[in-house]
Amino acid sequence: MSEHIISSKLYYAIWITLLVLTVVTALVARVDLGPFNTIVALVIATFKALLVVLFFMHVKYTSEKLTKIVIASAIFWLFLLLALSMADYTTRLLN
Amino acid sequence: MSDSPIAVEQHGPELLHHFVDAEQQRDAASLGMWLFLATEIMFFGGMFCAYLIYRYAYYNEFAAGSRSLDLKWGTINTAVLICSSLTVALGVRAAQMGKRKLLVILLLLTIVFGFVFLGIKGKEWHDKYTEHHIPGHSFNADDLVRDYPQIHIDQQHEQIYFSLYFAMTGLHALHMIIGVGIFVFLTYYAWKGRYTPKYYTPIEIGGLYWHFVDIVWIYLFPLLYLIDRKPLG
Amino acid sequence: MATAAITAEREHYLNKEYGIRSWLLTTDHKRIALLYLISITFFFFVGGFFALLIRLELLTPAGDLVQADTYNKLFSMHGQVMIFFFLIPSIPAVLGNFLVPLMIGAKDLAFPRINLLSWYLYIIAGVIYIHCIVTGGVDTGWTFYTPFSTAFSNTKVIEAGIAVFIAGFSSILTGLNFVVTIHRMRAPGMTWSRLPLFIWAHYATSIIQLLGTPVLAVTLLLVVFERAFNLGIFDPTRGGDPLLFQHLFWFYSHPAVYIMILPAMAVESEVVACFTRKRIFGYNFVAMSSIAIAVFGFLVWAHHMFVAGISLYAALIFSILSYLVAVPSAIKVFNWTATMYKGSISFTTPMLYAFGFIGLFTMGGLTGLFLACLGIDVHVHDTYFVIAHFHYIMVGGAVMGYLGGLHFWWPKISGRMYPEGWGRLAALLVFVGFNLTFFPQFILGYMGMPRRYWQYPPEFQVLNVLSTAGSTILAVGYVLPMVYFLWSMRYGKIAEDNPWGAAGLEWKTSSPPPTFNFDEAPEVTWEAYNYEEIPAPAEVPVER
Repeated sequence: MSEHIISSKLYYAIWITLLVLTVVTALVARVDLGPFNTIVALVIATFKALLVVLFFMHVKYTSEKLTKIVIASAIFWLFLLLALSMADYTTRLLN
Repeated sequence: MSDSPIAVEQHGPELLHHFVDAEQQRDAASLGMWLFLATEIMFFGGMFCAYLIYRYAYYNEFAAGSRSLDLKWGTINTAVLICSSLTVALGVRAAQMGKRKLLVILLLLTIVFGFVFLGIKGKEWHDKYTEHHIPGHSFNADDLVRDYPQIHIDQQHEQIYFSLYFAMTGLHALHMIIGVGIFVFLTYYAWKGRYTPKYYTPIEIGGLYWHFVDIVWIYLFPLLYLIDRKPLG
Repeated sequence: MATAAITAEREHYLNKEYGIRSWLLTTDHKRIALLYLISITFFFFVGGFFALLIRLELLTPAGDLVQADTYNKLFSMHGQVMIFFFLIPSIPAVLGNFLVPLMIGAKDLAFPRINLLSWYLYIIAGVIYIHCIVTGGVDTGWTFYTPFSTAFSNTKVIEAGIAVFIAGFSSILTGLNFVVTIHRMRAPGMTWSRLPLFIWAHYATSIIQLLGTPVLAVTLLLVVFERAFNLGIFDPTRGGDPLLFQHLFWFYSHPAVYIMILPAMAVESEVVACFTRKRIFGYNFVAMSSIAIAVFGFLVWAHHMFVAGISLYAALIFSILSYLVAVPSAIKVFNWTATMYKGSISFTTPMLYAFGFIGLFTMGGLTGLFLACLGIDVHVHDTYFVIAHFHYIMVGGAVMGYLGGLHFWWPKISGRMYPEGWGRLAALLVFVGFNLTFFPQFILGYMGMPRRYWQYPPEFQVLNVLSTAGSTILAVGYVLPMVYFLWSMRYGKIAEDNPWGAAGLEWKTSSPPPTFNFDEAPEVTWEAYNYEEIPAPAEVPVER
């Protein structure tokens, strides 16, 4: 946890970006991109999440490596659950 | 309480005796909250796993169910939570700078945004009730079948989408309610002057929790509301 | 009260304050450890009572002691009580809580109030579960499989689910406390490579508790929602997949078995080092293997589902991964054995349990490899072979580790020595009784006797009778320590600071320790297991 005090201007900039991205993702959903609709929506969501984590939650400014390891591990573990479960479901019809 | 021969530095009453110094206490609290958020990622993650598997199996039903949600209110609610994250971040900054009144105002605003979100969510749930989209005996998805003559929707499978909708938004709402409760306490103690630039740890870690609940919604929004919003032919 | 008090009694954590409030509102990790000790012992006997009824029923091929529905409840509740209310908390919440701060040189855990909260959550969960038992119980198997648990069972599934959910949070908070404590509160000079292997193993256990338990929690929540609110997530008539429940359930419940065994391995390292008077062979490998077990343990869960309907390709993947997960465990066994080579071995009670652990854990682990093989599993899944396999690890491994640890640290915890002769006798009874109970079950399973059946063909009776006979011996072996530990608190020989001549910071403070653990904050300048610098005790303390 750093003592670095972030300027309120930066917070407002992040806030506006998040709102804009929200509108964008809602509008893009109405355009037919085929299978890319889902991918675009998740990419935008991930970008928004990253903004919150890095700036609002101060992860960009912390010198504590452990914080980043904890976040990365949790996300990785979730992917283990999703990936290995899907390894079953996506191969069932091949039987 | 016996005194330890370890030299006791000048500190406020907030330093708990089993810590060596205030920095150790702060670092412990921060790590503790991040680890707790990791458990919350896995907690919501179980439902994301169920969502992934059923969306893969029942895409048509998920797309139809997603359309039956009001995109306007979903987008507004997303914006509401983003605003609340701003007030939380500004609140931590106010605490860091010792601005007590500003901190209290920002915390109160956060609570207001929280209530707005919950109110809109309640309205959406009520809409699902009147549309007969609550899983169970009175479930009826005839309206979805009627709106989508070109694809086949199994009404029984449709219940799975709505079961997940209620489970996921319900669990998220529960976390919001807990968050609002935590912020009520933080506001009270902030008003009492407990938080200073030297000690504002509860604001910081309460803020981390709130941001996390916001991030869960940032993912729930596209996953529940934006599955298929292409204009109908 | 003391038999040989020479000086006025010193103040320590047990006599610092008296009265029920000083215990129920304590934040001292050592007192909380004792609160857990009493609670989990209670649940051990509840679970043991169910086991006794099961073994009595299985004395005869006919179902003549209880009704079939009752038998379903017996094995379900035996499993849930033993796993969630005894094994999962046992070593971490008792020995871990007591020792982690002492071993790293801290005054307490990072979050003492959360520690107390975790005990209260455990008690609340326990009360709810007891209520569930006395108002009808649950019959879904300890595994809560859907759709039986969601749609067809008429028993108290919601209550049992909520109780286990709350107990899960108790477990999560314990793990959280340990991780933060180990990262943030080590004494000066206590680097990661100087930590006792007990700490490494508890760190790995805590990772599993943090990352796995929440998935169980949300899964049980979904079962409760389905029963209570008619949501259809696991309902086959609405397109729900029962296997989804199993995937989510076993994502936690397989790593859960590593929550149960890693702490026993923690004890094993400390006991073997002390009673061979040597540094553990291959310290780095043993430390890293704990982490490897925690990580790999998350990759194998569907080996519980080989015949449930998963795809063949998924089964192949999980089978290979299940073979891999045995490697770090084997590394530990090799290293403990290598430690004993040319060591100076004493056959004290803890060391007897340690020997038993190595043998029985190895047998249990190897039979796990049999089960990881798809071709074999098809035949022995859901038979007594599986039951024998996991009891060898859970009882032959984890419970022996727990008992060995209790004996090893009893002088530190209570300030008294237990009677060594009785200790060795009890250890022997446990070993003999255990093998007689569970070895026949390997054979029964191989011969085809299914699990969870309350009646069986007559050709299986002889082995079942042997198993029940063994369980009575095992029961005596378990009751004895309870009796003599209690006896020792009043009449046992007063323990010195370090009766075993063991390495580790906990042995450098008094027995029992003062409330804040150390009279002076320790500074560590030596490596772990520095037995070459510690004189062996003149004689191994023996109490007749």
